[in-house]
Amino acid sequence: MLHNLIKQAAADIAVAAPSRRSVLMGGGALVLGAMLPIRVRAEDAAGPKIVGPTDPRPHAFVRIAADNTVTVLVKHLDKGQGIMTGLATIVAEELDADWAQMRGEFAPANGELYANHMFGIQGTGGSTAVTNSWDELRMAGAAARAMLVATAAQRWSVPAAEITVEKGVVKHAKSAKSATFGELAEDAAKQPVPAKVTYKDPASYSLIGNTALHRLDHISKTNGTAQFALDVRRPGQVTAVLARSPRFGGTVKSVDDKAARQVAGVIDVITLPIGVAVIAKNTWAAMQGRQALTVEWDDSKAEKRGTEQMIADYRALADKPGAKAAAKGDAAKALAGAAKVVEAEFVFPYLAHAPMEPLNATAQLTQDGGCEIWAGSQFQGVEQKVAAGVLGCKPEQVKINTLWAGGSFGRRATPDGDYIAEAVTIAKAYPKAPVHLVWTREDDIQGGRYRPLFLHRIKAGVDASGKIVGWDQRIVGQSFMAGTLFEPFMVKDGVDSTAVEGASDMAYTVPNLAVDYHLTKSPVTTLWWRSVGHTHTAYAKEVMIDQLAKAAGKDPVAFRADMLQDHPRLLGVLKLAAEKAEWSKPLPQGRFRGVAVHESFGSFVAHVAEISLNERQQIKVERVVVAIDCGQVINPDVVKAQMEGGTGWGIGHALRDQITLTDGVVDQTNFDSYEPMRMSDMPVVEVHMVPSTLRPTGVGEPGVPGAAPAVANAYFSATGKALHVLPFAGAGAV
Amino acid sequence: MIRLNINGQEREVDVPADMPLLWVLRDELNMTGTKFGCGIAQCGACTVHIDGTPTRSCVTPVEAAAGTAITTIEGVQGKAAQAVQAAWQKMDVVQCGYCQSGQIMSAIALVAENQNPSDEDIDAAMDGNVCRCATYQRIRAAVKDAAKTMRA
Repeated sequence: MLHNLIKQAAADIAVAAPSRRSVLMGGGALVLGAMLPIRVRAEDAAGPKIVGPTDPRPHAFVRIAADNTVTVLVKHLDKGQGIMTGLATIVAEELDADWAQMRGEFAPANGELYANHMFGIQGTGGSTAVTNSWDELRMAGAAARAMLVATAAQRWSVPAAEITVEKGVVKHAKSAKSATFGELAEDAAKQPVPAKVTYKDPASYSLIGNTALHRLDHISKTNGTAQFALDVRRPGQVTAVLARSPRFGGTVKSVDDKAARQVAGVIDVITLPIGVAVIAKNTWAAMQGRQALTVEWDDSKAEKRGTEQMIADYRALADKPGAKAAAKGDAAKALAGAAKVVEAEFVFPYLAHAPMEPLNATAQLTQDGGCEIWAGSQFQGVEQKVAAGVLGCKPEQVKINTLWAGGSFGRRATPDGDYIAEAVTIAKAYPKAPVHLVWTREDDIQGGRYRPLFLHRIKAGVDASGKIVGWDQRIVGQSFMAGTLFEPFMVKDGVDSTAVEGASDMAYTVPNLAVDYHLTKSPVTTLWWRSVGHTHTAYAKEVMIDQLAKAAGKDPVAFRADMLQDHPRLLGVLKLAAEKAEWSKPLPQGRFRGVAVHESFGSFVAHVAEISLNERQQIKVERVVVAIDCGQVINPDVVKAQMEGGTGWGIGHALRDQITLTDGVVDQTNFDSYEPMRMSDMPVVEVHMVPSTLRPTGVGEPGVPGAAPAVANAYFSATGKALHVLPFAGAGAV
Repeated sequence: MIRLNINGQEREVDVPADMPLLWVLRDELNMTGTKFGCGIAQCGACTVHIDGTPTRSCVTPVEAAAGTAITTIEGVQGKAAQAVQAAWQKMDVVQCGYCQSGQIMSAIALVAENQNPSDEDIDAAMDGNVCRCATYQRIRAAVKDAAKTMRA
C-alpha cells in the first residue's frame, strides 16, 4: 500500500507547486503514467514478470575500477536494514565477483536512472527495495560479466564460450590465461551492452544465500568513520535549529529575539512561516539561542484536545457505522446466530519513530539558483521537487548527496519532504553559508508525524463446532493522506487503505466479514511507522484470534492452521515457528507462550513468544522464535538481523511507549519519558527461514507486526487477561 | 582557551566553559565519530572515556574535561578495544550503526574491567546505551566474545 501512497505523493508535489502549476499538472500526470501497476503482494512477487526496465543497464549500477574494486551504485537508502549489502550481493552473484572486492555507494538523485519501480520516483520504503532491484541488478551484474568476458576473449583471441569467471578472476583454462576484473575493466566498459542476459541457476549461487558474508558497513560503523548526515562539515557551514509551535497547527504570533541574539555564537535569528530559525556557529550555540527566544504562538487553529478527549471522541464515532473497507457475507446475521461471541475494544497510542540519528540536513544554494543537499535522504524524488518548489528552480537543479542514515523507521520519508523543506527554506533565507539544520531529540519526540492513534472495536463469533462464523471490525483513526491534495486519490469512498491493511484483507477463513473505518482529523501530524497499518491491525486481529480460540476450546496454533488452508505460505511459517518453538511440548514452570502470524509487504512471518511474569505479574519477554518466508533469501544474516530488530521494535514499543497530549501539548520530551527498549528488555530471538527461490520480498518491516501480539497472547495464556490497550505498562503488565 | 588531552594529543579550544564536550568534539574539532542522540545522558550515543571511565559527553561541560585523558572512538586502542571491535565485526552487530560508537565505548570499559561478564553485568553496563534497531542480542554476544578474547 505504501508504494501507492508514494506514487500519489510524487504527483501531489508536482501538482502542488503553485508557481508552476499548469506545467507541473502535466508533469504530475506523466509521473503517474510512467508508473508500473505493481503491488508488492505475494502473487506478483512470485510471478515471472520483470520489475523495471527490461534491458540491462550495467553502467547505471556497476563501476569496476583498475584497482579491482567493484562498486555497486545503490539507489535505496540504507538506514540500517542492510540494503547496500543486499544489492551488492545480487550484483556480485551474477558477476561472479569475490565478495572482498565489493563496495557500495549511494546513487545520486536521478529519477530517470534510479526510480523505485514501485513508486515511480526515487525513494525507499514499504520494504520494496530488494523486490524492486532484483531484476535490474541481476541484469546489470550479468551484463557486466558478459562485457568482461568479451574483453578477455578479444584480448586473448579465444572463444568467449571457453572463458570462465570465478571469484573476480576471468580465466581461459586451455591457454592458461587469466585476468582480474580490474585488468579488464577499462576495455570492458567500452564493450556494447548485451541486449539480453541469462541469469544463473539459483542452485549454483555462491554469494546469494551465503551465511558467511559480512555486511559492507561492518567495519566503518565500528570505528567511527561511517559518514552520517549529522557528520557533514561543509566549509563555512552554520548550524540552524528551528523553534516550532508547541501545539500542532500553531503559528508564530510574535517574537522577541533580543536575548537570543546575545548568546555567544548566535549569528542570526530569522522568523519564517515555518517557525523561528536560530543560526549559529555551532550546534550548542544554536540550541542555547533558541532557548533564549520568547515566542508567542497563535493557537487559534491548533489542536487543543488531550489524547483522553480524542479517545473519547473516537469512542463516540465507533458507536456509528463507518465507511466500508470490507464486506463479505452478512456479519451481523452470522454473529446473531453464533454460539459464542467475543467483543473487544483496542486502543493504540500515537508513537514516535525516534531514529537514533536526529533528523538533519545540510543545504547549500548553488549559483544557478538550485541547491545541493546532504541528508540521509529516503525520498530523493520527492525532496528534489520540494526543494525546487521552495527555491523556484527545476528539480534537476537540486543535487542530493545521500549518506548513511541513523535509522528511519519511516520517519525520513514524508510526502512533503518536511525537514528537507525546512533546511532549504532556512538556506534560502540565509544564503551566505551552507546551513545545517539539526533537530534535537525534543524536536523529534514532540514534532509529530506519529503512527496515528487508533481505536478498534471488534465483535467476532464462533459456531458450536468452534469455527469463526462472523467478524465485525470498526477502525477509527487519522489518515496521513487526509488534508493533502491527493486525498481524493488515496482515500477511496472514505477509506484510507493504509489504515485498514491487514484487517480488510483478512487471511483467516471468515465467511462473514465486515470492516469499516472512520477517518478522523486533527492538526497532529501522522505518518507511516515501521510496518504502517499492520502495526495495529495485526495486533487486534491476532489478539482477537486467541480469545476466539479460547472460546472455541481450541489450541491457538491448531485454530489458526485450520483457517489458513488457502494460505500455504502463512501456514508454512506458522508450522515452522511452532515446530522450532516446540509448541506441542510443555514449557518449564513459570513460562508461558503465545503465537501470532501475519503477512505484510509480500512476506510471511510467524512469532512464538515465551514470557515469564515477576511477582507483580509483569511481563519479561524471554525468547521469541521467528519464522519467515520472504522468497529467495539474499543475505541470511541480514534477514536474521531484521527479524531480530523488527521483533525488538514491535515488543519495545508495546511494553512502554506512547505519545500523549495534554491540552494539545505533547507530554513526552526525550528518551526519559518516551522510553526506548534497552538491553535488559531484549529477549533471545531465534530466526528460521523458509527455503525458497521465489522473487525476494522485503524484510525491514514484516518482522514487526506479529511480535507484540505474540507477547500479548503469551500473557493471555498466563493470566486469562487480554491486553487491549497499548502500551502494556498502562495495564500494569510491565 | 581550554586545554584538552584527546586521544593522547593536546588540543586547545576557544569555547564557553559550559559547552558540552560532545559539541566541542563534533563542531570544534570535527571529530564526528562521537554521536548526538538525546543531549540528556539517556541514550549513550555520545559515550567517550574520561580517564578510562565511560562518560556521557553530551552532559559533560568541557571545563570539567580539562586535565583529564579523553578517549573517543577515533582513538581507542589496546587489547580491550581490539577485542571489542573485532567481535562487533565478526558478528555483524551493526544495523544503522549510529549508536555503535557509544556501544563500543561502553563495551570496551566493561571488558577491560570484567573479563567474564554475566548477563546481569552486561545489562548493567550496557542498559544506558540505546539501540533503536534493537541489535542488543548481538551486542550481548559480541561483549561475551570480546571477554573471551580478553581471557585468552
